[in-house]
Order: sequence, then structure tokens, then C-alpha cells
Amino acid sequence: MVSEMFPLTLSNLTVRRRGKTVLGPIDLTLDQGGPTMVIGPNGSGKTTLLRTMHGIERISEGTATWAQPDQANHAYVFQSPVVLRRSVAENLSYPLQLIGKLKPQIKSAVDHWIERIGLTKVKDRSATRLSGGERQKLAIARALIRDPDVLFLDEPCSNLDGQSTREIEALLLETAAAGTRIIMATHDMGQARRLASDVVFIMGGRIVETGQAAVLFETPKTSELKAFLKGDILI
Amino acid sequence: MNDIAQGLLAALHLIVTFDAELWEISLRSLQVSLTALIIASAIAMPFGTFLAVQRFKYRRLVISIINALMGLPPVVVGLIIYILLSRSGPFGVFGLLFTPWAMIIAQVVIITPIIASISHQAMRELWAEYHDLLISLNTSKWQRIKTLIWDGRRNLLTAGLAGFGRAIGEVGAIMIVGGNIDHATRVLTTAIALETGKGDFALALGLGFVLIGLALFVNIAIHWLSRTEREGRW
Repeated sequence: MVSEMFPLTLSNLTVRRRGKTVLGPIDLTLDQGGPTMVIGPNGSGKTTLLRTMHGIERISEGTATWAQPDQANHAYVFQSPVVLRRSVAENLSYPLQLIGKLKPQIKSAVDHWIERIGLTKVKDRSATRLSGGERQKLAIARALIRDPDVLFLDEPCSNLDGQSTREIEALLLETAAAGTRIIMATHDMGQARRLASDVVFIMGGRIVETGQAAVLFETPKTSELKAFLKGDILI
Repeated sequence: MNDIAQGLLAALHLIVTFDAELWEISLRSLQVSLTALIIASAIAMPFGTFLAVQRFKYRRLVISIINALMGLPPVVVGLIIYILLSRSGPFGVFGLLFTPWAMIIAQVVIITPIIASISHQAMRELWAEYHDLLISLNTSKWQRIKTLIWDGRRNLLTAGLAGFGRAIGEVGAIMIVGGNIDHATRVLTTAIALETGKGDFALALGLGFVLIGLALFVNIAIHWLSRTEREGRW
């Protein structure tokens, strides 16, 4: 699947909240390919960058321009999975109902994804009663059920155990292989190494270094990235 | 204590003997209050939800006014509606004064702010939880309101029941606009007021216990029908 939405060009992009700059100015171009991992310490602006690209964060200055803007073709998975106060199956059918899909199409897609994420046994249970890992899998499946061109994920595996993390990573790799462009924030370097094709390293709201994952992890150019990769505490 | 025991006995006697008048005024009480509840809910629940999801210039002022209106004195509401519906008033032509519809209008005015305010509080919390997801899914304003109303229906039920409780127990406004006319606008609360005025405390208390029983029955029935507390948290 080749999306016509790319490239995404961020130009002099700046986000301010209450007069304080929390992101930018940022200049970055993202093309087809990926997965792209946005890495950096806590509070570095990863979430704000993702939200801005997705279009749910107000831009104070600069632009974020898609080659073919279509927000309905993005999906976003939040760090703390938001589940609707409905059953697991109804959570999955919700995005399809919003775009007016027919009932048989919805049922077939829901059945496919419930089985794919291994929640068949609990499909009629309230989603609020799922475990953290199950909720996150549900949130990812709900994001993917519309078959988006781009999937943003904000630290989807933080607070999850190894098994859940492995399952989610497998799902993401499969999704990327199927052609969905993945842009994901993480501060887990192991995960970044396992998943990344290219990396954006961000600190203090600014991009410090960016490039191919293999190159960037092996030969970091900046002292900040070297320190971050070493596990030093960055302030 | 003796009066209360006699009241209980009177209530039991009225129920066991299927007292025709008791049934009539009980059914009228239910009819008036449930109709008012349906109309007020249809206005207040979407409005409360709209206030939760929509930002506009005088939003805080509107919320403050709605909250303040929760304490509307029923007698004043009754008086204003009386003036509006009386023959010389702007809506006199409809001939609604001293009919159950006048009582329904009064109850709608009294309970709409209560339901709207409680709905707004409940929907505000739910909106905080859903905000990012619904924005991210590119939902329209109407889709957001529909989703919040559906997913927050049990919180809205609480708002509705609070409104119903206020409506079924209301006496001041409906006495003024309904007139407590036998076989026409007499309801349980106005009948209680009448019997108390006549000094028949046992019958007044009996009617009071029937009123409490009715309110409890409706609350339990609505909870049962809506399956509240049956399946986990939601």
C-alpha cells in the first residue's frame, strides 16, 4: 500500500502553551517507509510532536503539511488507552459506525480483529474490565480497523509486561509490513531498536538528531544522543 | 407516633380496597410527572451534554445560570406560569390553566435546570475521558454528543431520577396552576395538602406513604429496566 498522503513536511513548527514553548521550532520531512520511532527522555515533546502531526494539537507557529491531507486516514493510539464504556466488540465497531459502514461489513471486520488480538472470549464483556495489555491491544485494533494509511502510537507499551509488549510489537510489525506507515513515540531503546527503520531523537522540544535507525544507533553524532543511548540521565 | 401508625393503616386500607380515588390521583401524579420528566430530559440532557463539549463565549455564564436555576422557588414558577397561561396572559388562548398540561409545564420549568446541571457535570467528566479519542476519530459535534449520551446513559439516569423525585414531590407550583380540582388536576401532593388543611392527618399521611411508595417503585423499576449495577462498572 503506497499512501499519497506523504511526504509530511513540518516547517518551523512551534507549539506554545501559556506563553511557554513546548515544541519547536521543528523542521522535518517524513516520507513513505518507517516505522519511525520518535525517541527522547520524558517531557522532551514526543507526545506533542505526534499530536501535532495527527492534527489534534494547536500549532502556534509554522506548518505541518501533508501531501494529501486526510485526517480520516490517520489513527492514533494514546499512551493510556482510552476505551469506550461499551463492550469489547462495540469498541471495535464504533469507528466503522462513525463512517457509516454497513452492518455485515462491520461484523466481519470486528470478528476478524477480535480474533486477531485474542479477545474472542471477552468480546461481550465491558472494555473497562480488561487488563492494561488487553486494553492497549483493543485500542490498537480499534485504530487499525479503519485500515488507516498512518498510525501514530504514543508509547503504547509503557506499563505493559513483556508478553503484552511482544504481542503488540508483533502486531505493529505486521501492520507496517502490510503498508501502514507507523510513527511511534517511545523511550524504550530496546523497543526502538527492534522496530525502527528511522529515528527522530528529540530533546527539550527540538529535534537533536534524525536518520536511519541502524546508522543512528551505531554512530550517534551528538553528545545528547550518545548520552541517551548510554542511559545517562538527561535534563 | 399514633398518627404515623394510623397513616400507615390508612395507606394500607386505601391500597387493599383498591380505592378508586387513590388510583385516579396516583395515576394522574405519575402521568403528570413522567410526562414532565420525558419533556425535560429531552431538553436538558442534550443541552447539558452540549455544554460539556462545546466552548463558546458565555458558556460559564450559562452554566452558572443553569446551576442557579436549580433552586427556583416552585411557588414563583407557579405564579409566573399562572400569569402566562391565564386568560389575559400571552398564552391564555390555549386554555391550559387548571389542566394537567399546566402542571406539566410548571414541572418541566422546575426540573429542566436540575437535569441539565447534573447531566452537564456527568458529561463533563466523560468528555474529559473521551476528548482525545473522539477528536482523533474526527467525529462531528453531533456524533460526540450522541456518543456521550449513549455511553453516559447511566449517569444521565441519575439526573433523570433526581428530576423525577423533584417533580413527583412538587406541590407549590402545581397547586397554583392546576388548582387541585377533584377528578381533573388533583394529584397526590395536592391531595395531601388538602387533607392536612382539613385536619385529616391519617388520610394525609396515608397518601404520603403511597407517594413515597410510588417514587420508590418508579426508581427501582427504572434501575431494573436499565440494568444498572448488573454488569461490572458500566
